[in-house]
Amino acid sequence: MSDVKNKGSVTIVLFSGEMDKAIAAFVIATAAASMAMQVNIFFTFWGLKAIRKEGGLIKGQNWMQKMLNVMNYGHAKKLALSKLNMMGMGPMMLKTMMSQKRVPSLHEFIKTAHSLGVKFYPCEMSMTVMGLKKEDFIDECGEIIGAVSYLAKAKDSNINLFI
Amino acid sequence: MDFEIGRTLDARGLSCPMPAVKTALAFEEMSIGEVIEVLTDDPVSKKDLPVWAEATGNKLLGIKEEEKTIKIYLRKA
Repeated sequence: MSDVKNKGSVTIVLFSGEMDKAIAAFVIATAAASMAMQVNIFFTFWGLKAIRKEGGLIKGQNWMQKMLNVMNYGHAKKLALSKLNMMGMGPMMLKTMMSQKRVPSLHEFIKTAHSLGVKFYPCEMSMTVMGLKKEDFIDECGEIIGAVSYLAKAKDSNINLFI
Repeated sequence: MDFEIGRTLDARGLSCPMPAVKTALAFEEMSIGEVIEVLTDDPVSKKDLPVWAEATGNKLLGIKEEEKTIKIYLRKA
């Protein structure tokens, strides 16, 4: 938000790649942004899936990276649940239940968060390990950062969450 | 009521955290001193929007309930 007054800041590490956990992160992120707080989300490891672009199954430079990216394929509209996944039936049912209660989908949450000024930071090291590049991520992503830059933001934040 | 409503935000049907998010977006366009009427049917908003107002330094003028609709009046500071 454009508010210059200091309303504090929130830094979230999204480590998990499941839809339910990513939604939890984005509910908090958008609520905090509505309160004019500065919000940073550091996407690391499995959490990177939430900001992956759709398509592009085979990614990476060597066979291990390629295999990992095929098996770990996912993006905001295609993520499993951490519980009751039931081979993909769980996410489908949850999406229906959420839209009935007019809770935004993860994809919508990402758009809203971005328009509220929430900053998205993909983790450089996870990207290198998985063989992913900046163009594999949605355009809303900001700078690619490392652990030190994350900690510099976390140190100055009032609220720090690891999801 | 001793204030004039500048605009109305219909947030009915939306659930947490969207009423607060929509309110924040509406506030960005509002001028200082303007009053907004937020319509919601989300019971959480009755607690959350006053907290939101306090956290953002704006003023809660009142809450009215008409059947399922909760009307929350906020002034931009």
